Amino acid sequence: MKNFRNYTLIALTAISLAACSSDDDGDTPEIINEEEVITTLNLTLQSGAETIVLTSQDLDGDGPNAPTITVSGNLDISTVYNGTVEFLNETESPAEDITEEVEEEADEHQVFYTPSAGVDAAIAYGNFDSDNNPLGTVVTLTTGATAGTGTLTVTLRHEPTKPNDGTLSDAGGETDIQVTFPVTVE
Amino acid sequence: MKFYLWLSIALLSITATAQECTYTLSGYIIDLHDNEVLEEATIIIVGSERSVTTDAQGKYVITNLCEDQYTLQVSHPACETQLVKVTVSGNTTRTINMEHHLESLGDVEIVAHAHKSKSRTATESVVDHNLLENNSAASLGDALKNLSGVTSLNTGNSVVKPVIQGLHSSRVVLITEGTRLQDQEWGVEHAPNIDVNAAGEVTVIKGAAGLQYGGDAIGGTIIIEPEQVPVKDTLFGRTIITGATNGRGGSITTSLIKSYNNGWYGGLNGTLKRFGDFEAPDYVLSNTALYERDLSVRIGVNKYRYGVEASYSIFDKESGILRSSHVGNAADLSVAINSQEPFVVEPFTYDINAPKQEVQHQIAKLKSFYRFDNFGKLSAQVDYQRNNRLEFDIRRDSDDLRPSIDLQLETIGGKIDFDYTADNTITAKVGISGRYQDHFPDPVTGVRRLIPDYQGYDFGIYALGSKVFGKWTIEAGARYDYNRINAEKFYITSLWEAREYDVNFAQFEVEEFENQIFVRPEFEYHNFSATAGASYEVNDATTVSLNYALASRSPNVSELFSDGLHQSAARLELGDLSFNQEVANKISLNFTRSTDTWSFTIAPFANFIEDFILIEPTGVQQTLRGSFPVWEYRQTQARLLGFDIDNNVQVTDRFEFSNQFSLVKGKDVTFDRALINVPSASTRNTVTYTIPSVNNLKLSLESNYVFRQNEFPDTNFDVFLPETNTTELVDISTPPDAYHLLNFRSSIDFAINDKSNLNVGLMVNNLFDTSYREYLNRQRYFADDLGRNVLLQIKINY
Repeated sequence: MKNFRNYTLIALTAISLAACSSDDDGDTPEIINEEEVITTLNLTLQSGAETIVLTSQDLDGDGPNAPTITVSGNLDISTVYNGTVEFLNETESPAEDITEEVEEEADEHQVFYTPSAGVDAAIAYGNFDSDNNPLGTVVTLTTGATAGTGTLTVTLRHEPTKPNDGTLSDAGGETDIQVTFPVTVE
Repeated sequence: MKFYLWLSIALLSITATAQECTYTLSGYIIDLHDNEVLEEATIIIVGSERSVTTDAQGKYVITNLCEDQYTLQVSHPACETQLVKVTVSGNTTRTINMEHHLESLGDVEIVAHAHKSKSRTATESVVDHNLLENNSAASLGDALKNLSGVTSLNTGNSVVKPVIQGLHSSRVVLITEGTRLQDQEWGVEHAPNIDVNAAGEVTVIKGAAGLQYGGDAIGGTIIIEPEQVPVKDTLFGRTIITGATNGRGGSITTSLIKSYNNGWYGGLNGTLKRFGDFEAPDYVLSNTALYERDLSVRIGVNKYRYGVEASYSIFDKESGILRSSHVGNAADLSVAINSQEPFVVEPFTYDINAPKQEVQHQIAKLKSFYRFDNFGKLSAQVDYQRNNRLEFDIRRDSDDLRPSIDLQLETIGGKIDFDYTADNTITAKVGISGRYQDHFPDPVTGVRRLIPDYQGYDFGIYALGSKVFGKWTIEAGARYDYNRINAEKFYITSLWEAREYDVNFAQFEVEEFENQIFVRPEFEYHNFSATAGASYEVNDATTVSLNYALASRSPNVSELFSDGLHQSAARLELGDLSFNQEVANKISLNFTRSTDTWSFTIAPFANFIEDFILIEPTGVQQTLRGSFPVWEYRQTQARLLGFDIDNNVQVTDRFEFSNQFSLVKGKDVTFDRALINVPSASTRNTVTYTIPSVNNLKLSLESNYVFRQNEFPDTNFDVFLPETNTTELVDISTPPDAYHLLNFRSSIDFAINDKSNLNVGLMVNNLFDTSYREYLNRQRYFADDLGRNVLLQIKINY
């Protein structure tokens, strides 16, 4: 019976609201800048004085323009690189740093680095979540002694299974970002 | 008054004696409320000893009358006796309406089964009360699926959209108690917001013949009517409790109606449904729980001459969307399709988490009628609807509990109809309707609007009629609709330019912000629709009818304006501003043969649709999140051919066999290939064994075989998988295999006392726990459909 009274109240409210709806006054609707969008991924690999930056930028977000991918240089063989990854939403100004959000919710995220055949490189995680599972916004990339050309894919997964065996298929979850960079080791 | 009548008759009959008396007065006696003919009604000419009785068709003939005014005393066992004045000049035809109340006094069920045809020549089918009650815990879409030619488009198992002869969404018009349901029906994952328990009867018109309801029902019209209220002092109701093993939940629904002799009545209907995660044969379908609460109330007065009713209903449903169907990009989709099991299988729970939908639909209505003696009935109605739709996606920030989609659709509508009832051989109806609609997507979501702000204006006018000529019935109608839409929308500038809208629709541009452009598109459509049909009664058992319907439908807002990522579907959806309306020409034939032991209907149809709007995958688009399949709306010439068969054989008193078969073939004539998402052929065979002596024990076994859809367009695409460094085919086209389900149903009646009875039913759906996937279920890529479900149902009528 209590429900009935509630519903009656809702009914009366609905009817009275019908007469004075607030949203059909002809004003311009509020613009929405997509908050879930990540437009830019920067992977910075540093070894001594040498810095290589891999960037993917897609300023129209989910619009029809494809991301622009740039790689500033080639990797050297048998070298250890300190890597950091940065995610930005540049549809807003100033740009929103999504990396902070990822790091705050470390237990719900993981960045995966997948070198293709031809790229002799190993990745070690440099930061971890509160359960000591890898997060991956900070990594160490070590190239082997073999030169070659291929790709390096960076994937940010949301709500992956943690812990996992380090492969995307074992981790599950959803892909928030996935960029495949052309990479040469020489 | 009565005295004056008697007096004048007496005087008139004296003067009449001198005249030549060779004229005939004839006509039909029909019931006011459902147009049923009344057999064995007695007509006495007041002031004389003469009386006649109506025949099986309700017809009466009185011969040897003079040119004069007579008073007839008309009586029928089920009606109140009334006096009617008739002027005879030459041979005169006069149809008499009677108030047919008393028949409904004895048994409420008789009222529930009364059915008035919505069209004389179109193919229509009815879902009766029993079937609705059996589906009390399910949805309207599930109940309708029992009709031949009606299938469903599902998003999981609780979001069920009806598909009529291959067509759905905006092409199917839903009328609930005379109001056109405005519930954002454009989306595939938007199920009708209707409580199946509030319906007394549901009629499905296959095709656009129901012109009084709208001219854009290219697929068909679903008409939902509440239980009729008898005019007498009574209080009755029913309660249905259903418990189900699959989903480990159930539903309870109660209705109560109080009515009085003076015509006043009030009714109340409430439903509560609660289910946890449903289960496929091999695993839990995580996050598919459901919680629904519905209430409807009505109060009114129903007099012979006039009636008024006010009603209000609220439908409130929260349903989880299969967790595993939420994928990140095309690579994830490819992996999901290739994997046999869903990614996320968690222990059973009643919790509903994102992704989920919360929908609330309210209808408030005032309707009335006034009857003009020997002329017709004027009805008028105003209604207000508010539809609130929240869709929750999984957000990157899990503390962010805002919905991703928050839409509010408000509609105010009104209509006036006039029904001509003076002649029993003619039905004629004219009407006008108007509607104002306001759509408001709340920006609080922080997600770009999938459907923009808009205001819609609609105006319609129609006339239709039918006439009986002996064994022939001819029907015709026409309707004009004006639709206007004023939208306000932000496009991503790159998209606006890529689609050349900056050239073709520059007049809509208002202002440019960083990477978005604000536009005010305005569109206007003039739609014409018409219907013509003929039916011929070959003999008492056999009727053949042919119907032609022309229907036009304006493109809906999602077809025009969609321009972005549909997160929950992991696809980019693109509408097109340059669409014009769809025009359908449908021809349907209906052959019915019905004897005491065998009834058979075959209904073939051909539907030719010009500028048919469909959405299908057209390629892949790269974004930072990876690649996404792009689904684009486009217009094409479509052709749908098919037939439905219904066959029912009463083998013995106890043993009944029924069979249904439906086939639709859809073709994209422009591309010379199959249409996407056309339902597969299916057949349903049921054997029922009834033992009336054992408390009306009824046992039935139903076999439902759904063929594989072999005709589909190949819209597969390739995607790069970094993991394996390979390019993989994403097979989103190939339909799943055929499947066969067995369902068992039994029921038994018990009398509680002379007024109340109890019916207990036991049902088992998917008896053998078969694993299957259905082509028209959007979640077929991710998980199997429902496994075995045992339901126990208790119905109490009081």
